[in-house]
Amino acid sequence: MLAMAIPIAFTLMSLALLLNLWRVVRGPDLPDRILALDTLYINSIALLVLFGIHLDTMIYFEVALLIAMMGFVGTVAVAKYLLRGDIIE
Amino acid sequence: METIIEALVALFLLIGAAFALVGSIGLAKLPDFFMRLHGPTKATTLGVGGMIVGSVLYFSTRGEGLSLHELLITLFLLITAPVSAHMLAKAALHLRLRTVERTRGEGTLPRGDVK
Amino acid sequence: MIAPRRWLPHPLLSLLLLILWLLLFNTVSLAHVLFGLLLGILVPLFTQRFWPGSPRVRRPLHLARYGLVVLGDILIANVEVAWLILGPVKKLRPAFVTYPLDLREDFSITLLASTVSLTPGTVSADVSADRRTLLIHALDVADEAALIAHIKQRYETPLKEIFEC
Repeated sequence: MLAMAIPIAFTLMSLALLLNLWRVVRGPDLPDRILALDTLYINSIALLVLFGIHLDTMIYFEVALLIAMMGFVGTVAVAKYLLRGDIIE
Repeated sequence: METIIEALVALFLLIGAAFALVGSIGLAKLPDFFMRLHGPTKATTLGVGGMIVGSVLYFSTRGEGLSLHELLITLFLLITAPVSAHMLAKAALHLRLRTVERTRGEGTLPRGDVK
Repeated sequence: MIAPRRWLPHPLLSLLLLILWLLLFNTVSLAHVLFGLLLGILVPLFTQRFWPGSPRVRRPLHLARYGLVVLGDILIANVEVAWLILGPVKKLRPAFVTYPLDLREDFSITLLASTVSLTPGTVSADVSADRRTLLIHALDVADEAALIAHIKQRYETPLKEIFEC
């Protein structure tokens, strides 16, 4: 059962990541790209958890947690830059 | 017993992956930024949530005791997703991004005191 | 004897820190519980100055119930939004809604804004400088007044009970 579900889940996740990548390239505006990158890292967390189950190891937990933290800080930092860095005073 | 749990794990993994995909489809297909914001903030957090529940079930039933630390990731994402969505929406309002014409209501607050 | 308020300013935060610490190590051994307790007491003490106007939880049980309600709504919201996304885009009726806030404290407004972002078809976009209105973007809304009434009754009133009485 699991041997069948995991490849399907991998396929769905890869499709999701490709769609996110398309939005990163396509834009059209900076917030769109940031949002796409935000989604990209959240999906990659899901991919890592899935990979951990596939390989039957818990090593990837720390990686996933670190990506969650760093990704959030990155998104907020770039959004803050858009808010403040663009004002011509 | 083993097969039931295995089926449950498989089900949660598929649900999670399906929701992540739907969120990404929303990101790719919806016409303006504010509508796109809805997909990732909701569907993807549940996508990761489904994966995590599957992972908790899988690692807890291997006979090495309960494994709950994956829940930290979900907790963290549930706290951070609204914050990043809020920051992005604020940035987009600030940059005055176009919205679809049929969007009702104004993208500004009364008295124009957008902070 | 120091008053409990002095060395344990945020009991709920301390408990949360202990649980987080145990989750991080994925074990419940005596050493980890003790160290988690120590951190739970020390961290709120050292970060007390950074808390704006320290929120007081008046009814912890109501807070727990509110958390469960929101969790259930998140599940429903996800199915709804997934359905909306997969359906035809032309049918969606997006709108900006200005929501009059009754809450006054920053912390409870933050909680309400996060809840709104996580639940059915709405994302909170901005708060006015005087903390009296919240700007919400909704993916598909037929009646703005009904949406405002729904949020007020389901989320804001319980939050008001929990934090401000």
